[in-house]
Amino acid sequence: MARPTKNTFLERAGYRRRRMRDVARVLPVLIGILFCIPLLWDRNGELGTADALIYLFTVWLCALGISAGIARFLTTDRSDDR
Amino acid sequence: MAKRVLVIEDEPNIIEAISFILSRDGWTVHTHSDGETANERITATPPDLIILDVMLPGKSGFDILRDLRESPETTDLPVLMLTARGQTRDREMAERLGVTQFMTKPFSNAEVLESVRALVRD
Amino acid sequence: MVSFNLLLAVALAYVAFLFVIAFAAERSAEKGSGAWLRSPWIYTLSLSIYCTAWTFYGAVGYAARSGLEYLTIYLGPTVVMIGWWWVLRKLVRIGRSQRITSIADLVSSRFGKSTALGVMVTLMMVVAATPYLALQLQSVTLSFAVFADAAGDSWLSEDLTRSALWVALGLAVFTIIFGTRNLDANERHHGIVMAIAVEAVVKLCALVAVGVFVVWGVAGGFGPMIDLIDTSDIAQWQQSSGRWVGLTFLSGAAFLTLPRMFQVLVVENANEKNLITASWAFPLYLLTMSLFVVPIAVVGLKILPEGSNPDLFVLTIPLSQGLDGLAIFSFLGGFSSATSMVIVATIALATMISNHIVTPLWLSSKGPGAVVSGDIRQLVIGARRLSIAGVLLLGYIYFRLSGGGEALAAIGLISFAGVVQVLPAMIGGIFWRGATRWGAVAGITVGFVIWAWSLFLPSFGPDGILPQTVIDHGPFGIAALRPQALFGITEIDPLIHALMWSMLLNSVAFFFGSVLTFPQPLERLQGAQFVNIFEHSEGARAWTTSTAEAEDLLIMAQRILGSNEAQVLFQQEAQRQGKAGYLPEVTPEFVQNLERELAGSVGAATAHAMVGQFIQGASVSVEDLIAVADEAAQIMEYSNRLEQKSAEQERTARQLRDANEKLTQLSIQKDAFLSQISHELRTPMTSIRSFSEILREGGMSDEELSKYSGIIHDEAMRLTRLLDDLLDLSVLENGQVTLNMGQGNLKTVIDRAVSATAHSPTAITVKRRDGEETIPLYTDLDRLTQVFINLIANAGKYCDAKRPVLRIEPRKVAGEWVVDFIDNGAGITKENQQVIFEKFSRLSDHRKAGGAGLGLAICREIMTRLGGTITYLPGQGGAAFRVVLPPAVNPVLTR
Repeated sequence: MARPTKNTFLERAGYRRRRMRDVARVLPVLIGILFCIPLLWDRNGELGTADALIYLFTVWLCALGISAGIARFLTTDRSDDR
Repeated sequence: MAKRVLVIEDEPNIIEAISFILSRDGWTVHTHSDGETANERITATPPDLIILDVMLPGKSGFDILRDLRESPETTDLPVLMLTARGQTRDREMAERLGVTQFMTKPFSNAEVLESVRALVRD
Repeated sequence: MVSFNLLLAVALAYVAFLFVIAFAAERSAEKGSGAWLRSPWIYTLSLSIYCTAWTFYGAVGYAARSGLEYLTIYLGPTVVMIGWWWVLRKLVRIGRSQRITSIADLVSSRFGKSTALGVMVTLMMVVAATPYLALQLQSVTLSFAVFADAAGDSWLSEDLTRSALWVALGLAVFTIIFGTRNLDANERHHGIVMAIAVEAVVKLCALVAVGVFVVWGVAGGFGPMIDLIDTSDIAQWQQSSGRWVGLTFLSGAAFLTLPRMFQVLVVENANEKNLITASWAFPLYLLTMSLFVVPIAVVGLKILPEGSNPDLFVLTIPLSQGLDGLAIFSFLGGFSSATSMVIVATIALATMISNHIVTPLWLSSKGPGAVVSGDIRQLVIGARRLSIAGVLLLGYIYFRLSGGGEALAAIGLISFAGVVQVLPAMIGGIFWRGATRWGAVAGITVGFVIWAWSLFLPSFGPDGILPQTVIDHGPFGIAALRPQALFGITEIDPLIHALMWSMLLNSVAFFFGSVLTFPQPLERLQGAQFVNIFEHSEGARAWTTSTAEAEDLLIMAQRILGSNEAQVLFQQEAQRQGKAGYLPEVTPEFVQNLERELAGSVGAATAHAMVGQFIQGASVSVEDLIAVADEAAQIMEYSNRLEQKSAEQERTARQLRDANEKLTQLSIQKDAFLSQISHELRTPMTSIRSFSEILREGGMSDEELSKYSGIIHDEAMRLTRLLDDLLDLSVLENGQVTLNMGQGNLKTVIDRAVSATAHSPTAITVKRRDGEETIPLYTDLDRLTQVFINLIANAGKYCDAKRPVLRIEPRKVAGEWVVDFIDNGAGITKENQQVIFEKFSRLSDHRKAGGAGLGLAICREIMTRLGGTITYLPGQGGAAFRVVLPPAVNPVLTR
């Protein structure tokens, strides 16, 4: 019985790795868009420069946080990339 | 007139020995120690008998023998082959090429003398 | 108040410190203990050369003038790094597997190893980078001037230019020392990378320190700081969407194409995995660098007098608050930013200039054959050193000509816009197989011309280079060609205008140029290889037929790679093919591999040309290949896959064939050996028997008696020697030999061998390297001496030079001590090289040799027993033997 369990586990790990790779692909596109959001803010509204600054740095920090989080699932090879 | 024997051999001590034995018996002995020029030497001044070594610098004794037999002037020239390579294969090779007599080293002086006398008849 | 001399002393001490760090890193790498030098952290820190003095000082000024727009300069690279999976991963893989040396090399190599493209990109990069280098010199001199000013000593422009000259000179010296230590551009410059990493930390800490001081020391904390920002002039910023998006794109693209960034990202990359760490660690660095920029700008605008230069707030705020220590720290941060950028940019540009301009020019001026006769290694290193000095000189001249004025401030982005003209060719080249050389040439040319016309030339100011009338009304009054309003588009920022037109037309020209032209075979093969880099790591077949002699190739490779590296390379290939010695069969794979190794030193185009000098008909045969198969690239892919499978079979087949050959050889050898022994034994015995018979008959003179018994004695001795040798060999071959192991020194062994052979009639002049011979040995010293005696005696017997000389050279090769015995004779022909170690193999007249031809066979057996080897070393001029010494195991430890 041990063997099927092990296989399931490997399957899950491989699956997870491929999904993390998808995150690595989408992340730059996403933050590229998020970085442009302040351009849409109403200049005379209640959100000021400091808010824009805080927003941008927060997005930035989250992006690199996610990037660091998925880093251990990634390799530079594409051996099982399918 | 004394009969002439040409010794083609590259070991100086063996040349010395053969020369000594034959000259004492009244033969005129010439020596030559290079394989490559041996055939020219023979054609220039044909001797009455050739004592031929196999392992010679430049050209092997077998090749010299083959060339001798192919040229009409020397095709009947008696050749006594003396070699340190005493295997059957070498003997067969020499016989196929038309050697007159084949002897292995080390030889007995008496046998060499006997053969020389037998090969060169007046 | 900081005295100016104190500042100078601190700066010099800091430079000295960097020298020490760099030396230490080089030393540690040489000793092999430098694994940490290849760590992802050092890699991440080395990327920080993206943050130049323009960033360190200029970002605050930028923020003071244009609000948050400065952030775009960091957001672009952040997106690129976080999106490493898309482009950087591929670039790094290509760079490493194709041994790319620079961005010019990448483009040149992708498009059929084109020399012309390499030259184009190189020139473009030099033009774009020179103002940027000038900017760094300016920032250092301006920061000097701030301190001189503060010390009450106003600087004139001569002082500025003089200090700029000194800075440029210092940087040239540093870069030449640490940047040209090894020829192979793919080898890491450990000293430089280390110094840059330290500088990265210094500049980050300095900026953060000033920021912390500003927020908590001046503004009074986080909350008050936020209020201060919202009430300052900066809050009035009006961001143009076009500039925001355009600049983010521009900085991201420049991050990929700047020569210095390519150098640290791709060329100096020691491990692909470092990229994964850097993908988040480097954005973190950028974030930290830009975090305090706005607070510093806001506080500077508030507390410093009206009209102060915001570009120098980082220095002037601490000075105005009397914090001299912080000001000096901040100065060092700016100094680090400027110097690290200049050093790497200079190395990157110098590599391009020497590989793509100087070496090809030299090669074509010499014609075929130059590869063998000239010393290319020295040439390339010399060219690289000269280029480093030349590039810095250009930067200095530009600094002088521009007067170090305000015009320089805007040059950062202009320079960026110039280098990104390579982007379409680069990205197209690695993702699109259809990209061709002509497309790349067209795109880069169009982009460069538009950039120069609409951005670079106008940057010299009105009437600088372009007359004002041309800027206002276009050349010859053609309004559509006005530099800052091409085709009538006027209502747009000049930088975005230039960027949009140049990138658009560049890409269009690149695309249609590629679609409309037909690529050359080599281009298609390289293209398939770059685009599908993850599918096959094996190279495309460029050389199919070869007439090259392995020895010629070895001679060439030795001149470029250095003799040790080349010999190791050839030996490994020979081993892979299952052959002993240094000369492998010249297979297409091997030539490909060799070319790639050479490319690591001199660039792809040059390496291709060099190998091409030896191998004729290669381009023709590839053409034939393409002609036969219309979709050759696809077929190549199929066959590459097939080859991987069949390579294994071929190997097995080759081994079987070899084994079979060996068996038949063995049987033949056995017969030959017996026949040989028989001959060698019978020859002396013939003389002995014959003369003893003569002596037995008696009746000779005393003189004859002594002569003949002398002959018998000599021949008996000869027989004994032969039997000794045979016995020795048989004992060695059967492994029954008892080794008399002991400790000793190589020097004593060579001494003994030389003196043992000195009195022989065929003694040879021996040249030794006394200083290098003190190598400890733990081996059978007598046996080793026997080997050396044999080699020296052989050289004496066979060296046919007029004045025979034997060089004995100990050296370290691939971690092992070896001793080379090289004479100045004619050497040994290739056929004979394979048989000299066989028993009874005498190459010339054997009476001269006086032995049975067992010497080298015995030597080989001895070395095998001792745990070393002896081989013939081809390509050294004369006959050369290499003895690999057995490892000197410490007997105490092994006991």
